[in-house]
Amino acid sequence: MTFDLFVLPFFIGLLFLLGVLVVKYSRWIAMMDASDRRKAGMALFSFSLLKTIKEIFMESLLHRRMFKRNPLLGFMHMSFALGWLLLIVMGNLESRVYSGGHINPPYYPIFLKFFIHDKRVLPFEIFTLPGFFRFIMDLILLFVLSGLVLALIKRTRSKWFGLKRTTVHNSFDKWAITSLWLIFPMRLLAESFTAGIYKGGGFLTNTLGSFFNLFLPLEYMAYPAWWAYSTMLGIFFVTLPWSRFMHIPTEVILIFLRNAGIEQGKYPGSFSEIEIRSCPRCGVCIDVCQMNQAGLTGSTAVYFIRSLRDQQTDVQLNSNCMMCGRCLEACPVGIDTLGLRVGARSVDNKGIASDFSYLLKQTVTEKKAEVVYFAGCMGHLTPGVKRAMLQIFEKAGIDYTFLDEDGSICCGRPLKLAGMQKAALKLVSENTVKIKNTGAKILVTSCPICYKVFNNDYQLDGMQVMHHSVFIDNLVKDGKLVLRPSDLKAVYHDPCELGRGSGIYEQPRNVLKQISEVSDVAEERANSLCCGGSIGDLSMNAIQRNVIRDNALNILCQSRPDVLVTACPLCKKTFDSGNTIVVKDIAELVADNMEPNKLQLHAAELIDQQCLIA
Amino acid sequence: MEKKAKNFGYTVTRDRQIDFDANNHDICKIVAKAEPTLNLCISCGSCAATCSAGQFTDFSLRQVILLLRRGETKDLDKEVSKCMLCGKCQLVCPRNVSTRNLIIQISRALCDNRMPGLQIVNGK
Repeated sequence: MTFDLFVLPFFIGLLFLLGVLVVKYSRWIAMMDASDRRKAGMALFSFSLLKTIKEIFMESLLHRRMFKRNPLLGFMHMSFALGWLLLIVMGNLESRVYSGGHINPPYYPIFLKFFIHDKRVLPFEIFTLPGFFRFIMDLILLFVLSGLVLALIKRTRSKWFGLKRTTVHNSFDKWAITSLWLIFPMRLLAESFTAGIYKGGGFLTNTLGSFFNLFLPLEYMAYPAWWAYSTMLGIFFVTLPWSRFMHIPTEVILIFLRNAGIEQGKYPGSFSEIEIRSCPRCGVCIDVCQMNQAGLTGSTAVYFIRSLRDQQTDVQLNSNCMMCGRCLEACPVGIDTLGLRVGARSVDNKGIASDFSYLLKQTVTEKKAEVVYFAGCMGHLTPGVKRAMLQIFEKAGIDYTFLDEDGSICCGRPLKLAGMQKAALKLVSENTVKIKNTGAKILVTSCPICYKVFNNDYQLDGMQVMHHSVFIDNLVKDGKLVLRPSDLKAVYHDPCELGRGSGIYEQPRNVLKQISEVSDVAEERANSLCCGGSIGDLSMNAIQRNVIRDNALNILCQSRPDVLVTACPLCKKTFDSGNTIVVKDIAELVADNMEPNKLQLHAAELIDQQCLIA
Repeated sequence: MEKKAKNFGYTVTRDRQIDFDANNHDICKIVAKAEPTLNLCISCGSCAATCSAGQFTDFSLRQVILLLRRGETKDLDKEVSKCMLCGKCQLVCPRNVSTRNLIIQISRALCDNRMPGLQIVNGK
């Protein structure tokens, strides 16, 4: 007997799911750019496929990033993903033992214990092939069930899992998760009941079955239990494409495309569609989002992505994000939340016109120099930083020109963050001409916001772009700048755009260590907090910004430092308004603690000698 | 007569009376609803003084807000389109007006209102 009516809910659900997936996948492939499609095709036969397989194993099955976040959380996810896969694979192998090696219909391994009733043979059962499988299958089921128990505990004790807040799911997701959660207990019951009747099963199902047999009429209960098991599977499969569990078949595609070198590109496009569906709504992004402190809980990445998926985008929700990138850093799937946000904003702000034709009338010719300095708009609002940089240039004897001495053209990043890519490009091209005209080899900027866009979006023909902290670090290493140690106790705040945005963590610290005592902060480097002054957000008001700023200041000043050092004029300005601590830009601190370098000392000596002779 | 006046070296100044009835006050209401901090503006002009775009052209957010409040919204979209959204005005504003969002909301309101068949009445 290899068929029974009860397999139908499962079987129909599975066919339905596969059908939907085929339709969705082909739509995504059709939506792809031709070049992306070629890239994806190439990746199928290249080395990157191995990388993809490894990443799928590490992330989708073992959940390495989840483990790093919290071991309990990681184990919970692993037990479901890896456990279920093992159940399928081992179940398939087990079924082949009975069918003589050939392939069975897909429902057969899933409901094998209904069709095959082997009696348990103790004590050497485990050394026979069927006995071994019975043991292994029970062990894997126990593994999955342990994850289920953890999942249930997580509902009320999410703090044990490293999550202060968890996602508020919609009713559809609740249906899906209920069916998922019921699958495995139902399997356990069905297998146990059957094992109880036929004295079969492994260590778990047999024990449970014998126990139930003491007081339950199992012969009447086993068949309904199999129906329930199959129905739960069916419900789960049917709800899957529209629930958060769509991430299971989509994340794999996302990993593959990412490894193939495909980027987000145009929005909405197939890549962004795949990213949106890869979000498991695990809620890891909720705790890290500082918007929660200001009471703006609805615009966290998880809800934002859900709104995109449900096509219920909201202008307010899209604009309420500081683009600090903390969610991006925390996301176990690696979804480009910021890129999606910019994409959504570009749809919102489509109709907004920009006209920068007045810039074309500028006929200032730029001075030629080795190094071109760009203070940026924010740099101009912190004259101290500007002055310090000029002092440093003079001291180190750099041949430099100050590009935006008489007012800057914005770098374009704020427009880009607002989703106004076309307008941003106009500023980019305008600035590019000006920068190139200087004929410089190095472009130094004081503003991490400018730095990021110079690096990513400007075509400067090999001109090196440096943030001033990196430039100063190089000067110190080359001996052009000599620093004097002081007994200041400092903490360093990583600006979002410089740290997470551009990966510069060490250089500012190297410089700072030479002039002060740097103590660690609870949230630093990749976990650094946003100052609250971000230009990424469009609609937060000053009160909400201040809450975020004060919370960040609290954490930064825990070790009671003398000075809070940052490397971003906007962060400096924002923290300064908090009035809790002296805030300085790294350039200012360097300018305060400079000593003459070797050449200058030598020159001074020569002058002294001449004075003596005279 | 104008030609004559020119010959005298002076002109007759054109009447600058503002006809409030003829102006469009809806835009201001829509914008104030979308960005309530507009109501905080005291027209101090700090924004215009620091403006990046203002360095290169006669763009002034203070003037934009003034025209918006008067309802003289005819050429406002051209003015607003000069903004680079750099955010300097927001940092210097003593009244904490969310100027960047204000600019976007003005553009959006003007853009929506220009569309045929989308006549917005009394800010609703």
